[in-house]
Amino acid sequence: MPRPSASIEDRLAVGLSERFDPVALENGSRVGVIGGGPAGSFFSLFLLKMAETIGLDVDIDIYEPRHFVHKGPAGCNHCGGIVSEFLVQLLAAEGFRLPPEVVQRGIDSYMLHMDVGTVRIDTPLQEKRIAAVYRGNGPRDAGPAPTHVVGFDRHLQDLAVSRGAKIRRQLVNQVSWEEDRPHVQCSTGPSEVYDLVAVAAGINSNVLQPIEGLEFGYRIPEAARTFICEFHLGEATIREHLGTSMHLFLLDIPHLECAAIIPKGDFVTLCLLGDKIDDSLVTTFLDAPEVRACFPKAMVPRTVCHCFPRINVKAAVRPFTDRIVLIGDSGVARLYKDGIGSAYRTAKAAARTAVFHGISDEAFAKHYWPTCRQIDVDNSIGRFMFTVSHVIQKTRPTRRALFRMTATEQTRTGNRRHMSSVLWDLFTGSAPYREILLRTFRPAFVARLGWNLVAGNVAPGSLASANGQPTNGDANGH
Amino acid sequence: MGIRSLGKRYRSGESIVCQGAAGNCMYVIQEGQAEVYREENGREIRMAVLKEGDFFGEMSIFDREVRAATVKALGDVRVLTIDKKTFMRRIQKDPSLAFDIVRTMSQRIRQLNCDLAEMRARETEK
Repeated sequence: MPRPSASIEDRLAVGLSERFDPVALENGSRVGVIGGGPAGSFFSLFLLKMAETIGLDVDIDIYEPRHFVHKGPAGCNHCGGIVSEFLVQLLAAEGFRLPPEVVQRGIDSYMLHMDVGTVRIDTPLQEKRIAAVYRGNGPRDAGPAPTHVVGFDRHLQDLAVSRGAKIRRQLVNQVSWEEDRPHVQCSTGPSEVYDLVAVAAGINSNVLQPIEGLEFGYRIPEAARTFICEFHLGEATIREHLGTSMHLFLLDIPHLECAAIIPKGDFVTLCLLGDKIDDSLVTTFLDAPEVRACFPKAMVPRTVCHCFPRINVKAAVRPFTDRIVLIGDSGVARLYKDGIGSAYRTAKAAARTAVFHGISDEAFAKHYWPTCRQIDVDNSIGRFMFTVSHVIQKTRPTRRALFRMTATEQTRTGNRRHMSSVLWDLFTGSAPYREILLRTFRPAFVARLGWNLVAGNVAPGSLASANGQPTNGDANGH
Repeated sequence: MGIRSLGKRYRSGESIVCQGAAGNCMYVIQEGQAEVYREENGREIRMAVLKEGDFFGEMSIFDREVRAATVKALGDVRVLTIDKKTFMRRIQKDPSLAFDIVRTMSQRIRQLNCDLAEMRARETEK
C-alpha cells in the first residue's frame, strides 16, 4: 500500500523551506549511501532524524562491506582517529555521547616538541574534550581484541542502524543512471535504483572513477600520501611517557607538514602528513631526538601496524548533481585536520538539503555547496598558515620566540594566552583557519611575539619556565 | 571512570554549578549521576537526579541570568562542558543543533506543568 507523502505544504507549514524543490524525497523514498564510515553514518543519522521531525518516512541502505570489528587494515578506515574538541562538544549537544568503549583515551593537552624545547598546552578548562578513537578495531598484531573496545566507525554505524538504516555488506563497483534515477551495482547481489545516492566512500575508493564518468562535472579531489602506524607500549608505559597529551612535532624536516603521536589504550598512533611522505621521511622523523625522547629509553619500538593512506588536500569539483551528492573525503575536507569534523559538517549539510530543500542539482548548489565552499576557502588560508609554519620550522630564532611565548603564557591564568590559543586551535582543528589567522593580526599578539623574538634570542637561557622544558643545547644558548 | 572517559571528573558531593553563580557553559553527563538542588528560604530542595546523557546549565546558554540551581555529583561523575561561545556561534550556521536541547527543555516544561497542576490540586483539596 503506498504511503501518504509529507506534502510540500506540510514542510512550508513548519517554516523550514521558502520554496521547495520539485525533485524531493517523499514518503517511501529510497536512499542509498555508499560507504559506512563517519560521513555515511552521519548522513544517515541526520537524514533519518530530520525526516522524522517533519513526518517524512524514508528507507536508507548503507553499502559497507566492512564490519569494523576486525583488527588491522581490513577493518579500519586508515586515519589518525582524533575527534576534535569542537566536534566532541557538537556531538554532545546533538545527543551523541561517546562512551568509554569508543574513546581509547581522553586527551586534555598537547605537547609541542621542537628542537629548542618542549611545551605543554593545556585545554582552556583542563578537561578531557578530545577523543582518541580507533577507526577499526585496533592494530593488526594487537593480540585478542578486548571485548570492551568499539571502533568509532562501528559505533556510528550502530547508531544509524538503531535509527532505522539498513546495512548491506556489499562492495559497490558501479553507479549509473536508470532513466533519471541513480542505479547502484555491486560485485555480488542484485543492483538497486534509488531516489537519492549519497557517496561517502572516502578518497581511497574505486567507486569514485565511475562517478566521475557520469559526466555531471564531478572531479575526484586531489590527494596526498600520509603515513600512519601503531606502536604497542602498554597502558602503564603510555601513562608514564605520554600521559593524556597528544604529542606534536615542529621539526625542520622537508615535506613534513604535521606530525603527531596519539596515545590510545595500550597503543600509540603516529601520523605524518605532508606533500611527499615516503620511507625515507619516516626514517628521518623516527631518528629525530625529539621523537625518540617520547619513547622509553629513547628507543622507538617496532610498529605493529602501518599504512600509507591518501587524504583529501584539494576539494572535489562539483560534488553533486540531481539525486547524487558526495560527502566527506569524497567531496571536501579540512586541510590536514579534523577529517571526522569535515565528514560531520558535509554530511549534515547534505542531509538538511535533502530533507528541507530538495535533491536536485539546484537544491544542492544552493544549500549544500556553500558549506563545501566555506571549507575550501578556509583551506586556502590554511595553506598560507602552513607556509608560515614552514618558515618557523626552518628558522631557529622564530622557534625560540614561539617556544618562549607559549611556555610563558602557560604559567599564567586568564585569557592572555595569545600564542597558546592560536596553536591550540591550529593543532586541534577547533577553529577555522581564517579565525586563527585574524587572531595573529591583533596588536597584542604581534607585540608579544616581537618581544619574545628579542628576549628569546638575546638570552635563550631565559626560555626555562614552569611549563616549558628547553633542550640543554638551547638553554646554554647554542 | 578512567583514561577512556571524556570530560572532567567530580567527586561525590562536589558542586558542579552553584545557584546564583554566573554561567557561560552547559554540561552533559558522560558517566555517573548528578543531583539538582534549589535553595528556597534557607532550605535545600532536591529537584531532580540526572543520569548519563542528560544535560544541565542550558538556561545560561540562552539567557544572561545566573544559575537557577545547584548541581552536585551523586557518586563520582564525569561531565563534559559545552562552551556558550562555541555553541552559539555554531547555532547561527546550523540551527538544528539546538533541536535536542529544545526538545528536552520542552519535556521539562511539560513535567513542570504536571507538577504545578498536582500542587494546585493538593492545595485546593486542603
